[in-house]
Amino acid sequence: MFGYYLQLAWRSLGHNRVLTTLMVLALALGIGACITTLTVLRLLSGDPLPGRSAQLYYPQVDPYPKDGYVPGQSKPQENLTWVDANNLFEAHRAPRQALVALGSAKIQPHDAGGRPFFGDAVMATAEFLPMVGAPFRYGSAWSADDDTAGARVVVIADFLNQKLFGGANSVGRTVRLNGNDFRVVGVLGHFSPQPRFYAINIGRSYGDGDGVFLPLRAARATEMAPTNISCWAAGDIEHLETAPCMWLGLWVELPDAAAVANYQRFLDGYVREQVAQGRFHRTDTALPDLMQWLRNEQVVPDDARLQAGLAFGFLLICVTNTIGLLLAKCLRRSREIGVRRALGATRGAIFGQFMVEAAIVGLAGGLLGLVFAEAGLWGIRHQPAEYANLARLDLSMFAFTFVVALASALVAGLLPAWRACVVAPAPQLKSS
Amino acid sequence: MTLHPMIAALRKHKAGVVLIALQIALTLAIVCNAIFIIGQRVQRVNRPTGLDESNLMLVTQQWVGTPSGDQPGDVDKLDSLQQADLAALRNMPDVASVSPVNSLPLLNSSWNGSAALKPGTELRSGNARTTYYFSDDRMMATLGLRLVAGRAFTAADVQHRGFRDQSKPPVVMVTRALADKLYPQGAVGKVVYLDGASTPTTIIGVVERLQVPGTGSWTNSFTWNATLVPTRLNANFSRYAIRTKPGRLQAVMKAVTPVLYGVNPMRVLDDDSVKSFADIRAEAYRADVGMAVLMGVVCLILIGVTAAGIVGLTSFWVGQRHRQIGVRRALGARKVDILHYFQTENLLIAGIGAVIGVLLAIGLNLWLMHHYEMDRLPVLYVIAGVAAVLVLGQAAVFAPARRASNVPPVVATRSV
Repeated sequence: MFGYYLQLAWRSLGHNRVLTTLMVLALALGIGACITTLTVLRLLSGDPLPGRSAQLYYPQVDPYPKDGYVPGQSKPQENLTWVDANNLFEAHRAPRQALVALGSAKIQPHDAGGRPFFGDAVMATAEFLPMVGAPFRYGSAWSADDDTAGARVVVIADFLNQKLFGGANSVGRTVRLNGNDFRVVGVLGHFSPQPRFYAINIGRSYGDGDGVFLPLRAARATEMAPTNISCWAAGDIEHLETAPCMWLGLWVELPDAAAVANYQRFLDGYVREQVAQGRFHRTDTALPDLMQWLRNEQVVPDDARLQAGLAFGFLLICVTNTIGLLLAKCLRRSREIGVRRALGATRGAIFGQFMVEAAIVGLAGGLLGLVFAEAGLWGIRHQPAEYANLARLDLSMFAFTFVVALASALVAGLLPAWRACVVAPAPQLKSS
Repeated sequence: MTLHPMIAALRKHKAGVVLIALQIALTLAIVCNAIFIIGQRVQRVNRPTGLDESNLMLVTQQWVGTPSGDQPGDVDKLDSLQQADLAALRNMPDVASVSPVNSLPLLNSSWNGSAALKPGTELRSGNARTTYYFSDDRMMATLGLRLVAGRAFTAADVQHRGFRDQSKPPVVMVTRALADKLYPQGAVGKVVYLDGASTPTTIIGVVERLQVPGTGSWTNSFTWNATLVPTRLNANFSRYAIRTKPGRLQAVMKAVTPVLYGVNPMRVLDDDSVKSFADIRAEAYRADVGMAVLMGVVCLILIGVTAAGIVGLTSFWVGQRHRQIGVRRALGARKVDILHYFQTENLLIAGIGAVIGVLLAIGLNLWLMHHYEMDRLPVLYVIAGVAAVLVLGQAAVFAPARRASNVPPVVATRSV
């Protein structure tokens, strides 16, 4: 029976080529636009550390002065001061934790002709790389002792190892950063969380990953400055350890809800203590997990969400259009339906026949929509946006395209198929 | 022609009528808001910065192994490095004028503060927020700014100081927007206190217009408030704005890197270091232009799809009413009556669609205002949108309606 419906649908679609092309084209454009914008949206709002992000939390406090403070209406700050970051860090209230700040390094190649160049540098404490699951090609991360000793050691990214050492095992060799020699202790494999969750408020959140990772104290001892500094009063930004400035992030690994509740209590207690000592004036705290933190910071640009909304509106209009055209096609065939009903076809059979026809339109629309989506993503890859070369259709979006296409077409086919199956056979036969 | 028989006929095609009206309504709602967004983006991208943007370029560089600026004498060392660069750049044959700058409009790297009429006002609550441009006496010529009151800087006004030195300049120039805000009766010769300082600064001149470096929405409150300071900032990095002789921009952009390495090879100059102002502008407004283009393309396709839908459904109705049309023609209706019938019918449906569409457009706009940074949709856009969908409907219905009007009266006498 299904084969017969297919044959009927094929003949009917072929009968009115212009209308069929129009339906397929409209549906395909709507689906292409939707899949393109959804792929970008999914890319931008993706999980930077799948499997680990649910256990990573970001404590926030508010060291701002009292003036302008309305309790309940202010949010804690994005970063911590050196003092607060260290106080929280030294308390060791989480199984694993790390301080992190993004800086910039002038990297000098050893060969005489090489020009110095810039690279993003991550200043962190020892557990940062293991905690976020960075893969090592050679060597390993530095130790907590290296942190306290201010050892001049560094972990470099694979692309920097390629550039400086031709991809060889460079553990034990030295890299010159901002005029100081650092000993390589590890070389990473590919590591580029999207977005770069540990430095999201400075832009360039989607890219190829950072070049160097080095101990925080050693970096500060060589006067490496953080890229994002926010001060609430005049102070000397060269001496960030004492200035009224926030520039450090603390990431803590909390394995379960009890640990989170414990840490929240500890954080609130710390803030109350600081208020009692007169260092703090505001009691707000926050402890978002990684994904919540990304949502709070609105990493996904408004434009990307607007575009996705627009694409869905577009698809809605395309579906309305398809309903109209299918309806026109099916009502034109009232006589044919009347004959089939008179010859014994049930209403269900007629309904099925028209739904098969709609499904064929949907599959064709999906197939063509896939072509449009690939074209759209190709266009995005050739834009100079920072996430451009990541915009690719993966297998799940590929499957999703067909689900959307089929669902849209079947929804579009419901009304016409319903109208077709309630056609009364007698008048149709009489009129001829 | 009375509307009564037409409405009676439409009642027989409820589903089709509702679908066309719905499609027109959705199209109107989306296209109205999309065009409004495009308009806003275009307006934003086209606002002049106040610079003469042609033949202007910027070099950003860092020295390697220079003093940090903390020791006495460091600032003078850094200044002599900068002076050497400036001299070399000014000696280039195709260069018209060079000034050290801390930033340029649209560069998204800025130094901001506040200007107050009283000394010692709290940093964040001065009379006006402002951005600072630190440069020298050749700034007016290099950037192509227009003086509207007072005088420009002379060589005698120019100082130099370390990057972190908090001292305030004795004289500044301000933009007209900032001058009007501080002293509506004329700002030249008046005194302001910058960043809550207790030492006065005299305004000696007013420039017509100069945009702040930031392009994000956080700068909306002070987009045109700039203060020009006659000071070379000394740090281990520097920026040079270069005005080339007409048509020589590309040549200078190529030649400038070797010239600077010739002065001193211990510096970082990479691919991003040398930029024409056109590059800076394109980079700053990249997202806005991309959004406007995308919205435009989607609108065009949407209009196409809706028009195709109207053509499809009307063609079907014409086919369905073939015989009735023949009867009307046989009873004396002229071709033009049939044409008008279908046109009026479409006008009626499109009109219903437009009414719903206006409501949807306003609703969508309110929703967007609530969730995104969006202004209220001006009535003009809605009226234009309504007119556009009605015209679109008429254009789409014309071909099928003409086909209907060509149905010969003899059809009425044929039994099918």
